[in-house]
Amino acid sequence: MAKVTVPKKACAVNPLKMSQPLGASYAFLGMNRCMPVMHGSQGCTSFGLVLLVRHFREAIPLQTTAMNEATTIMGGMENIEKAILNIRTRAKPDLIAICSTGLTETKGDDVVGFLKLIRQRHPELADTAIVYVSTPDYLGAFQDGWAKATTAIIETLVEPIQIRPARSRQVAVLPGCHLTPRDIEEVREIVKSFDLAPIFLPDVSGSLDGHIADAFSPTTIGGTTLDDARRLSASIATLAIGEQMRPAAAALEARAGVPYRVFDRLTGLDAMDQFLAHLADLSGTPVPEKWRRQRSQLQDAMLDGHFFFGGKKIAIGAEPDLLWALGSLVTEMGAQLHTAVTTTASPLLERLATDEVIIGDLEDLEAGARGCDLLITHSHGRQAAARLAIPFHRAGLPLFDRLGAGDVLSVGYRGTKALIFTLGNLFLAAHEHHEVGPTQWAPPEETLRAVERATLAA
Amino acid sequence: MSALLNQKIQAVFDEPGCDKNQGKSEKERKKGCTKQLAPGAAAGGCAFDGAKIALQPIVDVAHLVHGPIACEGNSWDNRHALSSGPTTYRTGFTTDINEMDVIYGGEKRLYKAIKEIIDKQDPPAVFVYQTCVTALIGDDIEAVCKAATAKFGKPVIPVNAPGFAGVKNLGNKLGAEALLDYVIGTEEPDYTTPYDINIIGEYNLSGELWQVKPLLDAMGVRVLSCISGDARYREVAYSHRAKAAMMVCSKAMINVARKMEERYAIPYFEGSFYGIGDISDSLREIARLLIRRGAPEDLMARTEALIAAEEARAWARLEPYKARLAGKRVLLITGGVKSWSVVAALQEVGIEIVGTSVKKSTREDKEKIKEIMGDEAHMIDDMSPREMYAMLKEARADIMLSGGRSQFVALKAKMPWLDINQERHHAYAGYEGMVKLVEEIDKTLYNPVWEQVRKAAPWELDEAAAVEVAHG
Repeated sequence: MAKVTVPKKACAVNPLKMSQPLGASYAFLGMNRCMPVMHGSQGCTSFGLVLLVRHFREAIPLQTTAMNEATTIMGGMENIEKAILNIRTRAKPDLIAICSTGLTETKGDDVVGFLKLIRQRHPELADTAIVYVSTPDYLGAFQDGWAKATTAIIETLVEPIQIRPARSRQVAVLPGCHLTPRDIEEVREIVKSFDLAPIFLPDVSGSLDGHIADAFSPTTIGGTTLDDARRLSASIATLAIGEQMRPAAAALEARAGVPYRVFDRLTGLDAMDQFLAHLADLSGTPVPEKWRRQRSQLQDAMLDGHFFFGGKKIAIGAEPDLLWALGSLVTEMGAQLHTAVTTTASPLLERLATDEVIIGDLEDLEAGARGCDLLITHSHGRQAAARLAIPFHRAGLPLFDRLGAGDVLSVGYRGTKALIFTLGNLFLAAHEHHEVGPTQWAPPEETLRAVERATLAA
Repeated sequence: MSALLNQKIQAVFDEPGCDKNQGKSEKERKKGCTKQLAPGAAAGGCAFDGAKIALQPIVDVAHLVHGPIACEGNSWDNRHALSSGPTTYRTGFTTDINEMDVIYGGEKRLYKAIKEIIDKQDPPAVFVYQTCVTALIGDDIEAVCKAATAKFGKPVIPVNAPGFAGVKNLGNKLGAEALLDYVIGTEEPDYTTPYDINIIGEYNLSGELWQVKPLLDAMGVRVLSCISGDARYREVAYSHRAKAAMMVCSKAMINVARKMEERYAIPYFEGSFYGIGDISDSLREIARLLIRRGAPEDLMARTEALIAAEEARAWARLEPYKARLAGKRVLLITGGVKSWSVVAALQEVGIEIVGTSVKKSTREDKEKIKEIMGDEAHMIDDMSPREMYAMLKEARADIMLSGGRSQFVALKAKMPWLDINQERHHAYAGYEGMVKLVEEIDKTLYNPVWEQVRKAAPWELDEAAAVEVAHG
């Protein structure tokens, strides 16, 4: 069981962490016809925008209240008002989602109060839903922002109803931010195969799966619709994927009495077994043949792969839920989680099979990865991997120097199998690099000299 | 923000070297040189971003961002300013302040961060960047830097350009002010020659400086200091000993060029490295300025010989593309100097420019475009992504050249696109770069993928036919 430590240094070197408002904005990008807005200086939005554009290679709708020094000090009410009116006129979204930033939180803007006044002043805004979430940059990390945004959507939009339709098949699925659009599609397929009707919140698989729309849109295209979000209360159960989604699931239970279960990961044979068993229970439908087949394929892949994982030392830098999924899998495959670095607190960290989990940066990861056989983190780890001259697997966000960041599958039996093959192939490739010439196993100089001396003496 | 910063901003807004600025009334000038930001409809970087862009290419310096994680964590390591040596500048340093720092102040953490960097990396200097939150809570980075400089015996330079001060262009200038206030003129070069120049506003993106420097080497001209591409701290510190300067990239760093002329009598001119005619003109102007400052006259003869040979070689290499590219229509969405220098370059091979954006261009830039393109009809002041998309979709252009921000507008319209802004991977400067740019345009335009993505799926055709039958 791991000890969680926070280094005492004052300077983060090569950050692993990204900020809360960016995570929250990313969650709002999973809402249909939405325009996320960061309430802060326009640089806050610009940096987040560039990061997400580079990761997904997609147009990212993300706006700013463009705060300056004077508006910050006087309060951002007017900027929020103008931003909402401008966005409504120009983009006509169904939903405007506002995240606060370090700047406006430091000032202490009462955005909830502002929004009340703005709605009073502008009755025409009745056709536009608005969600606000408080996400100061100086607290938590990306994953926390995502979770808070989801909770805010539930608390703002879900209609609290008491009576559920008889024989309802509707379930709420709350995926964590470590699931890619492709991962979400996979979970959807699995849930639907049990004859259940899932509503995903948020759903970046609709908006950021990299498709070409018929027309240009200034807002998100795809994602959870407002109507679907509102009727989440009519679900028979909530499936929360990732420990980060526990508060959001609890909020839905508190609001509408929907019972929930948290699945801390969907990567790995055992984790998937539990998930499918729960779905079978919930639906009364037996596990479809398709998954049984895939399960057996995964077992075969684990057998094939274990030769190459066994005894390998692995260093991972990732947000808690992703670290948990990856760290648990490599451990199950016989590798050692040698170094684990993460961004923010989580009850999962202590349960990781390693000595120490550092809430730190890529400098900590690089220091700990010395002598490891594989480095896993987001694209910013590439320099460290090059310096250490060890194989590098990109996971998490941002992933800007490879194609298909949103298309990586690592959940389900099939996704687990793919991940095992990918990592296994890295080990195999590294082995090839260390080839191998005719002099590789030549005896050392001393031996040769000794042989020479012996020959002369003879 | 501090009174000091306010003064600085007002000083930067008053720019005698800029005609556009001087054409304004006193009151207008106080508002600055950029349009007021519209909440809900703004795009582009902040002042901090601009300062970082301007200074980060100094490669042996540790660039430390004092603020919450957003400013550095969300943005670091995203440009391709290259180094021929040290890589310190590529390490992301930030104080990553937390809630307690916001309440009690982040100055102690900043001081400790500076100490840690000096202990661990020992760079020749540390640049400390102010951000919105730390400016708002009143962290005095000037005082911390002063104390750290005294304590550690090493320049620790405050860069006071918090994001909320304004837009990126203002940040460029505020970053440059930090060099003027704390760096330039603080050291002396080992020796000087009559051939020493500064290049100002060139960031060596994708190695573009290295497409030009060999030409200068051939002329016998020494780049004493490039501000700030592939620069070393010391080079910038002794740049005041140059005999002449060239200012690149429109008006981003005009304050450096102008103030160095005032303080050290270094004459400068504004030039471009993009396009065959422009690079030749720039080389000539460098030679002319150096001769005026006392360099031997034979420099001009060398320069002309070099230009003649290189131009002939470039034209020969472009010849095969002329037939393939003649009449192709380009939509150019970029800013500042590129809006005219690239226009001239593309016209050289017969490409037609159907529009060029002038959103970030100065009046001079616009005049130059007018001169080159004949009329104003092609100038686009502020095109929304929706209009860009429509223009491409209706095939009024064959290819769009722009920055990464608008690339998906083109790609979603299934139209070819080429990256010519700072995130690009290819270098397009000098004679070499121009050949490369044309080569890339040709490669993109003639890629077979476009035809394929525009073709409907077979079943779509079947379905359409079925509908027709039903209605027939």
